[in-house]
Amino acid sequence: MVPSGAVEGVLPGTAEGVPPAEADDLELYHPKSWVTKYVFSQDAKVIAIQYAGTALAIGFVALVLSWLMRLQLGFPGVFAFIDAATYYQFITMHGMIMVIYLLTALFLGGFGNYLIPLMIGARDMVFPYVNMLSYWVYLLAVLVLVASFFMPGGPTGAGWTLYPPQAILSGTPGGQEWGIILMLVSLILFIIGFTMGGLNYVVTVLQARTRGMTLMRMPLTVWGIFTATVLALLAFPALFVGAVMLLFDRVLNTSFFMPALVEMGQRLNYDGGSPILFQHLFWFFGHPEVYIVALPAFGIVSDLISTHARRNIFGYRMMVWAIVAIGALSFIVWAHHMYVSGMHPWFGFFFATTTLIIAIPTAIKVYNWILTLWRGDIHLTIPMLFAIAFIVTFVNGGLTGLFLGNAVVDVPLSDTMFVVAHFHMVMGVAPIFVIFGAIYHWYPKITGRMLDETMGKIHFWITFIGAYAIFFPMHYVGLMGVPRRYYELGETVSNLHSSDALNAFITVAALTVGAAQILFLFNLFWSLSRGRQVGGNPWRATTLEWQTPETPPRHGNWGKELPVVYRWAYDYNVPGADQDFVPQNQPTITRAA
Amino acid sequence: MAVALILVLIVAGSVLFHLLSPWWWTPIASNWGYIDDTITITFWITGIVFAAVVLFMAYCIYRFRHQPGRRAVYEPESRKLEWWLTIVTGLGVAAMLAPGLFVWHQFIAVPKDATEFEVVGQQWLWNFRLPGKDGRLGAVDTRHVSADNPLGLDPDDPNAHDDLVIEGGDLHLEIGKPVKLLLRSIDVLHDFYVPEFRAKMDMVPGMVTYVWFTPIRTGTFEIFCAELCGVGHADMRGRVVVDTEQNYQAWLREQKTFRHMSARAGARIDASEDAGKESKTE
Repeated sequence: MVPSGAVEGVLPGTAEGVPPAEADDLELYHPKSWVTKYVFSQDAKVIAIQYAGTALAIGFVALVLSWLMRLQLGFPGVFAFIDAATYYQFITMHGMIMVIYLLTALFLGGFGNYLIPLMIGARDMVFPYVNMLSYWVYLLAVLVLVASFFMPGGPTGAGWTLYPPQAILSGTPGGQEWGIILMLVSLILFIIGFTMGGLNYVVTVLQARTRGMTLMRMPLTVWGIFTATVLALLAFPALFVGAVMLLFDRVLNTSFFMPALVEMGQRLNYDGGSPILFQHLFWFFGHPEVYIVALPAFGIVSDLISTHARRNIFGYRMMVWAIVAIGALSFIVWAHHMYVSGMHPWFGFFFATTTLIIAIPTAIKVYNWILTLWRGDIHLTIPMLFAIAFIVTFVNGGLTGLFLGNAVVDVPLSDTMFVVAHFHMVMGVAPIFVIFGAIYHWYPKITGRMLDETMGKIHFWITFIGAYAIFFPMHYVGLMGVPRRYYELGETVSNLHSSDALNAFITVAALTVGAAQILFLFNLFWSLSRGRQVGGNPWRATTLEWQTPETPPRHGNWGKELPVVYRWAYDYNVPGADQDFVPQNQPTITRAA
Repeated sequence: MAVALILVLIVAGSVLFHLLSPWWWTPIASNWGYIDDTITITFWITGIVFAAVVLFMAYCIYRFRHQPGRRAVYEPESRKLEWWLTIVTGLGVAAMLAPGLFVWHQFIAVPKDATEFEVVGQQWLWNFRLPGKDGRLGAVDTRHVSADNPLGLDPDDPNAHDDLVIEGGDLHLEIGKPVKLLLRSIDVLHDFYVPEFRAKMDMVPGMVTYVWFTPIRTGTFEIFCAELCGVGHADMRGRVVVDTEQNYQAWLREQKTFRHMSARAGARIDASEDAGKESKTE
């Protein structure tokens, strides 16, 4: 009884013969001591937790920095320890940590490592040793970054975009001290570490899928992480060369990005470089970076919605192609960050067009999420609540992208608080909601216990309503014309001070949302020992990670026999089946009596 | 139930905030009303989409919430529905992009009768330069910058001698006359931004960028630097005063020429012997 519009090859009843295994089972390294099991571990699941723990730890530093900057913006002049230099250091480190060291590391290093092998039915990543190295280089990058807080001059205050010439000059905090050097070294290390992990994820997805797990049967989580990793492998090299060249300009006095200039009356020994070249390199990385964060979130949220609405994801094939299309388009839109940079204005026509086109596959994804809810059986679990909150904030932030992507509309809004509100909504708040939803969703697989639901609900409502109350009104501060990266508005003949009350409100909301994250952190630890024990598949989900013989899964994941896949990942409420889900490794549907 | 209700309240709250809150763009003072119109179109289209998506989701959450005995409908895809949605989205995008590109073309096409003024940014103040009686701005090069010559005018270029140099003061413009501002920086990135003019453009050391507009009402407007330029970024303010023709001419007569400034500083600007290298011209 296959409904019309069935997906050939992925639906039950059309299962072609499962091919024989093409390779021998992977021979794993077996840890001999506590150190090789939990510290220098080659098990992707342990590496995942190391990545996630480190990312969340440094993420909390970024959270505290955001409190400090909001205190200054909401109540300028009240807190004497925040001067202009420290303020710029706060915003720079907050931005860089959130984008690179938290979001990228957590989605790819954290969720990628944990979920890819389990979801495709592999024993581990294909290069476990390199995978281990990837984490330790990442940790080193984080430590170098943290070190810059303790060096003379403090961390760099160049803004997370690190635009030269100011990034390496004395008018910027850390520009002529250690800050910028450590920042660039840390980025270089991060990219080296990521490349080791990233190659691993891609090869694992392409080579280590279990029998029957065709590409078009993979859960969208894997599609999202896989595509994002490919993007990252292609985009990070641009940042890498940019960082190396900027480091040379700073340390060796080369002039890649430095024209002849006079700083504070002093003619500097630079000539002939191009500041805009750096911007092109930065955004050639920087725009795909948005999707490096967003695509895993798209994938994960698709699976959360499908599982908790007990309904197949709507339009699976369109969802896969939308991910791939967004990934490809993301490489030809970068200069929409540069409409007012002074690049040739004719570029505006091209980049505005490509940017608005990318809205189409993105919109398709949104439609398919809500069409999955439509005629579903919606369980308002905490992962589902976060998925709903993701859709609200992502749609809001995505739509304001249509303002900024449209060259001429960007002109008045660029470099104002509107931009800050936009990118926080779309690539800060929305992906972080997916991270929260994913943690609540997979925590029982990782630990065998549920996160506490009451704490979870309090955490959810404060975070969702609070985050919306921070970033929705912030658009209007920018619409008025308040520039971003302003330590204070100061005296002004314009009417911009009428936004002061709104800024104070936003700060109060931000402090509240931040405090709720402490509850979340507490819940993570409290539930380790006190959480409800729920067995191997508490959400009654179809994907392979819920079908492991043990929970938490042991090293090697699957016991003696690898699972065999017979169907796609979305067989929920199949007509005639006796249960409302059919796991991917179940050969035939058991019919209701 | 509660979740659906809160989603409805979020939509209602957002729309009311948009319509009723006092926080809105500053009254326009340039010809770029088209930009405001494009923003308004975009607000309408995106606002409708936002409300439709979130309200539909609220409906689904209410209507299809879990109840004993409920089964979800198994429907992997619907080609027809997906194509319809794609086409409608495409039309919506085109409705924003078309006027956007049209106005962008105007934004970058400078009218022939626009007067050229120069704005020079440095950490953390604004300088201006106006052509003198010859109507031409002289050549400049960052290499010429010195205490007596803060904007780096070429002393060997006769066109530069009568240029009016305004160091750290206000820029005056005449109402109704289109201006093309040539934007330059001698140290780091800056950005010329006057909220009331809607126009904005980065100033990049080593190159000259531009922005054009026509002031349409008199008054004093603040220039904000909109590209992070170091610790003094937020303090980098300047003023543009839009005058009537009479006031503008009066202001113009008070401005000092480059020759005048150099003479006061005791420098010779006619020494052409040591003019070895070519200077960049605007």
